[in-house]
Amino acid sequence: MIPSTKPPKHLKMRPPVAVAAERTEDLGPPKIEIRALNFYYGDVRSLHNITMSLADKSISAFIGPSGCGKSTLLRVLNRMYGLYPRQRAEGEVLIGGRDILGPNVDVAELRYRVGMVFQKPTPFPMSVFDNVAFGLRLGGGIRGAELKSRVESALRDAAIWDEVKDKLHADGRSLSGGQQQRLCIARAIAVKPEVLLLDEPTAALDPISTLRVEETLQALREKYCIVVVTHNLQQAARVSNVTGFMFMGELVEIGPSSRIFTSPQDRRTDDYITGRFG
Amino acid sequence: MAIIDPRHAAKQLIYERVFRSATLSAAILVLLILGGVAMSLLRGAWPAISHFGFSFVAREIWNPVTDEFGALAPIYGTVVTSVIAMLLAVPTGFGIALFLTELCPPLLKRPIGVAVELLAAVPSIIFGIWGLFVLAPVLQRHVQPWLIAHLGHIVLVGKLFKGPPFGIGILTAGVVLAIMVLPFIAATLRDVFDTVPAMLKESGYALGATTWEVMWNVVVPHSRVGIVGGIMLGLGRALGETMAVTFVIGNAHRISSSLLAPGTTISSAIANEFTEAVGDLYTSSLIALGLLLFLITFTVIAAAQAMLRRLERRSGAAV
Amino acid sequence: MNRRALRKAKNAAFLVLSLIATMTGLACLAAILWTLLSHGLAGMSWHLFTQMTPPPGGQGGLLNALYGSAVMTLLGILIGSPIGVLAGTYLAEYGRNSRLSTVIRFINDVLLSAPSIIIGLFVYEIVVVHMGHFSAIAGALALAILAIPVTLRTTEDMLNLVPVGMKDSSAALGAYPWRTTLSVLYPAARSGIVTGLLLAIARISGETAPLLFTALNNQFWSTHLNAPMANLPVVIFQFALSPYKDWQDLAWAGALIITVTILVLSISARVLLAMLQAGRGSGR
Repeated sequence: MIPSTKPPKHLKMRPPVAVAAERTEDLGPPKIEIRALNFYYGDVRSLHNITMSLADKSISAFIGPSGCGKSTLLRVLNRMYGLYPRQRAEGEVLIGGRDILGPNVDVAELRYRVGMVFQKPTPFPMSVFDNVAFGLRLGGGIRGAELKSRVESALRDAAIWDEVKDKLHADGRSLSGGQQQRLCIARAIAVKPEVLLLDEPTAALDPISTLRVEETLQALREKYCIVVVTHNLQQAARVSNVTGFMFMGELVEIGPSSRIFTSPQDRRTDDYITGRFG
Repeated sequence: MAIIDPRHAAKQLIYERVFRSATLSAAILVLLILGGVAMSLLRGAWPAISHFGFSFVAREIWNPVTDEFGALAPIYGTVVTSVIAMLLAVPTGFGIALFLTELCPPLLKRPIGVAVELLAAVPSIIFGIWGLFVLAPVLQRHVQPWLIAHLGHIVLVGKLFKGPPFGIGILTAGVVLAIMVLPFIAATLRDVFDTVPAMLKESGYALGATTWEVMWNVVVPHSRVGIVGGIMLGLGRALGETMAVTFVIGNAHRISSSLLAPGTTISSAIANEFTEAVGDLYTSSLIALGLLLFLITFTVIAAAQAMLRRLERRSGAAV
Repeated sequence: MNRRALRKAKNAAFLVLSLIATMTGLACLAAILWTLLSHGLAGMSWHLFTQMTPPPGGQGGLLNALYGSAVMTLLGILIGSPIGVLAGTYLAEYGRNSRLSTVIRFINDVLLSAPSIIIGLFVYEIVVVHMGHFSAIAGALALAILAIPVTLRTTEDMLNLVPVGMKDSSAALGAYPWRTTLSVLYPAARSGIVTGLLLAIARISGETAPLLFTALNNQFWSTHLNAPMANLPVVIFQFALSPYKDWQDLAWAGALIITVTILVLSISARVLLAMLQAGRGSGR
């Protein structure tokens, strides 16, 4: 592991792979801006000086070998790491122009604004309807008919409405694995978050369910800033506008997926996508 | 966009603080209970302690009429009955655990395991009443006469088996205790043996070792800490057990060299005499007995837990 | 060759011994159940459930004792289990790795096997002495203290079995831990926690020693929580040790009732747990 060293703030250790230019033209203003982000598990630094910006209404995918820090990066964006002791992030992360790492940030409110879907489907032990309504009820103020219509539209957006509209009161855990995962997506988008984070969302699913989830993501692209972490290169190539390659805690390069997968600029990216390691 | 009603959010934060404090208080209450037990026993026992001093634990006399009390007989009874119980229950429990982990056909493994655990769930008063009406007569008629006839004449050992076969007494109490702690010991040892990695056992078998040899040379050394911990946990139960003993001990405050004679234990003395005790010193002496029992069992159980924890950590780290 | 035969013989001998040990254990269980059934069934009649405990030589039943046991067990669980569940929640959710939790876990395991008569003495000292008399509420408190360690332990274990992803998902939606615990974790661990409650009821409903000098006993029908109350274990204790045949028969009948109740509770707890594990295995 790399020993902990405090990076000199003024010195950019690695030139930020500036793809913002080529991307922003296509994709509009950035939703997430990350500057000089470092992350530590205890004394071990697991993210190194990451700087980048991610556009709204697009899908950004992060690829890289296990332990490269891509999941850690995701967990910084909604401060999930705060649930665990001895983990901390340094640097600047803005979502929608608002700093999220500061000490005065209301973490519950941040997580409400940033939805997350996990590797394994995690339906709560309650009905399909209550699963989706869970977040809406947390925010308060949404009841009755409005609640119903919000649940329905979330399920529609997640492309699972037709499959569950007759069993809204069945236990969420009784659905199939792929349906469970789309239920979790519906639950995450029901509160209309600004950003949707997905951590290996299809790793535990069969190919058909995977396809359905990918279609769902394609449809959601028009509304949300979506960040996906995946070890499935084809998936990144299929669904994302932008792909970032991470290696040993560093963001090696980031750019339009079409370019990353056809003509990567960094040798390590090339090695990884051609299957020479990882 | 996602919007949270700020008043709602503030309420959530209050609920969070309330809930967290509630769980924390409940957790701390557990500490307070243990502390409270120690403090209240000490306070209740204080008159006896200050009156008798150290001689309380060194004297055999127990005379409510003259208000003279000593704890030696109950301590002796508690220790001896527990030793008998462990001598009988440890090898048997070891055998059951060995059978369950190494020999038992898979089909029977669960039913027998469950039966052993159910035996552990039977309340102690049932063992007591069973010991009094079933076991004691059997011991009196068949076992004790044999012991007197065959072991009573041997030098030294013979002393333990002298006198008439009462049926009830130290030995019977020890046997009932043995049956009571047997399921605990068997179940704990089985769990301990189960923590031994299969690969370790297989490499023993691969060398051509027999089941017993693998057990004795691989499993036992590997789980030594857990075995001692499990046995001490059983010992802790035996030392503190009340009802099963009270029925069959005979309740006599004296130390007899014979195991067949009636005796008393700390817990049975308290159970038998507490509500009838008159006078502060009598009551206080009984509470002092309770304090002694608390100290003894706390030490034994704490040591047992510490050992089992060590095993848990190690097997956790190995996986 | 000779040595090999010796080793084999030794092996066989020990295996036979272990078989005998197992048979002995099972024989004990069978003998106890048989005695209980043969003596207890003889004393079974409707009188048990309709009449009070009788004076020596009189006719009677166990109604007041059954009622008292039910009331005190119920009260004990109502007081003890919320404390156990909350404390278990603290250990599993809030203080998972804290030093305090390590200490509490240890103390709880010690309390789990501490002699129940000590708890009886404790409650006598803090409640009976101050009230000046024995009472049902003191008995219920003693039972509550015995129920806490059981429910605490199972609650913590069962909450730890809930997949981490479920907790993270709820937090990722912006739920505070209290909300996650109440709405997600408790329902997810429900059958496990219920198992803990059943085990706690089984544990305290047969306890005698802690009731001897807290609730004491009462020959008569009493529903006052502030007064001594009859209860099955203490009645069994007194009647079994009495010289009267009628009382001994009642003691056996009571012993059978108590044992059957506890075995049914323990078996249901086990079945529930098995179902839980089966569900977990196929659900994923």
